[in-house]
Amino acid sequence: MKKIINDPNQVVQDMIKGLVAAYPNSVKQLPGTTVITGFDVPVDNKVGLVSGGGSGHEPAHAGFVGKGLLDAAVAGEVFTSPTPDQVFEAIKAVDSGSGVFLIIKNYTGDVLNFEMAAELAEAEGIQVEKVVVNDDVAVEDSSFTTGRRGIAGTVFVHKIAGAMAEKGGSLNEVKAVAEKVVNNVRSMGMAISPCTVPAAGNPSFELADDEMEVGMGIHGEPGIERTKITSADEIATELTGKILEDIEINRNDEVAVMVNGLGSTPEMELFILNGKVHDILTEKGINVYKTFVGEYMTSLEMAGCSVTLLKLDEELKELLNAESNGPAFHS
Amino acid sequence: MDIFQVGHALEWMAKTNEKVQDNKEYLTSLDQAIGDGDHGINMARGFEEVMKKINGVAYQHVADVMKDVAMTLMSKVGGAAGPLYGTAFLKLSMTFKGSEVDNASFSKGIEDALNGVKQRGKADVGEKTLVDVWTAVANAFRENKGFGGEVILQAAKSAMEDSKDIKATKGRAAYLGDRSIGHLDPGSVSSFYLFESLAEVINEGA
Ligand SMILES: Nc1ncnc2c1ncn2[C@@H]1O[C@H](COP(=O)(O)OP(=O)(O)OP(=O)(O)O)[C@@H](O)[C@H]1O
Ligand SMILES: [Mg+2]
Repeated sequence: MKKIINDPNQVVQDMIKGLVAAYPNSVKQLPGTTVITGFDVPVDNKVGLVSGGGSGHEPAHAGFVGKGLLDAAVAGEVFTSPTPDQVFEAIKAVDSGSGVFLIIKNYTGDVLNFEMAAELAEAEGIQVEKVVVNDDVAVEDSSFTTGRRGIAGTVFVHKIAGAMAEKGGSLNEVKAVAEKVVNNVRSMGMAISPCTVPAAGNPSFELADDEMEVGMGIHGEPGIERTKITSADEIATELTGKILEDIEINRNDEVAVMVNGLGSTPEMELFILNGKVHDILTEKGINVYKTFVGEYMTSLEMAGCSVTLLKLDEELKELLNAESNGPAFHS
Repeated sequence: MDIFQVGHALEWMAKTNEKVQDNKEYLTSLDQAIGDGDHGINMARGFEEVMKKINGVAYQHVADVMKDVAMTLMSKVGGAAGPLYGTAFLKLSMTFKGSEVDNASFSKGIEDALNGVKQRGKADVGEKTLVDVWTAVANAFRENKGFGGEVILQAAKSAMEDSKDIKATKGRAAYLGDRSIGHLDPGSVSSFYLFESLAEVINEGA
């Protein structure tokens, strides 16, 4: 393992220290926790938004703490959900009396720990609502199993629910619009090289020089198939195609596109992919309203990408355009 | 063994910690195959903290040991395993509270813990999770009238080994569908260490 770290067991604390030092005027760390909050929480009369999850997905989630976005992000150990006590601290810190909204990616660990935190908060009289994001179409959807994973589409939930809370939406209104995003957002990813969890010391899987894994998860969970690597155009076609099979997006519909890098994929390659994604959508008469290309939800140093499409309506467009300002997101 | 005492509970945790630390890499490699590769790291961190917490405390009752174990696992493990093991030990603590822990009470404790875990994780037996091992051990306790180390060990062991042939429908391994078949469930293996340790404590205390 070759990494720029001090101690594999201290990476989360060390990262938070540096993050807060980089954005001293916008975020702070709750003392003694791994919670990052906005500088001015709780914000009077505003629903507080909390998200989080394992570390290793930077800039998610602390990079999305800010005006018109999240009020707090809870960082767990690398790829491991944070514990209920930490999430509870975040909830208490952002509650202004208007209630707190939790944005959870659909992984058993995240769901269990955030639910337990919500129970602790409710026991103290704090109103809590939540949404579980499950945008990854690579995984079969079934109510009998764990269901789909939450990946880069989560960033759109942060942005849009954040905008709704910022403009004074009630807890129920924030929940309703967050659910609307979840119902209209789909993603799919792929990887060409693995990542190494610092405390594990070795990569979680191996890929030969000429191989790629389609449907790769953001924690190194195996995808749906391993094939010979193809061109960017073919990769864009496969990922976009899978998404469009899963959600009905018609001619003249408007979408937001996110082409997300997983950690060590150059922007050059992300732009190459994005070019093809646009061609595919244009050919189908689907209008691209806004595009996001870059690193939003990474997987340590994994090389690869994900494509996300969010189907828009007037309300989602307005909220997507609203002003926001966090370390990793401005609009 | 007639009564499970504070000393037994402490010994149980010490042995479990040893096995988890010794097998940290093994558990992680199992989780790398069908999960995200954090199970060994999470459990090792959790039990290291458990030992720090319970060492040197003059406990009066087994229930108090179980409560400290529960709270520590809940706040230090993370992932799916943290809330699940935390819930299990919290249930043990609640069931053991206020009376001596004989076989009947231990048996009830395991049953309550199992139900707590099932409720929290919404998993049932046969979904390739640690519920499978806890179910086997709960059955062994029910069928065996005294503390039976060997019975517990065998029940836990075969349930753990059987996890290999099951298709996961809960937890991260469920994302793999059929490809989860042929791999041991990491949580079932860590639960096996827990019950292997319990069996050793019972055998030594007999
Ligand atoms: N719903 C569930 N009910 C019972 N046990 C479960 C459930 N989901 C997972 N498990 C058990 O937890 C083990 C995995 O624990 P681990 O600590 O690795 O959590 P994780 O799924 O990686 O969590 P996270 O999603 O936060 O990374 C599995 O091997 C399985 O035995
Ligand atoms: Mg895991």
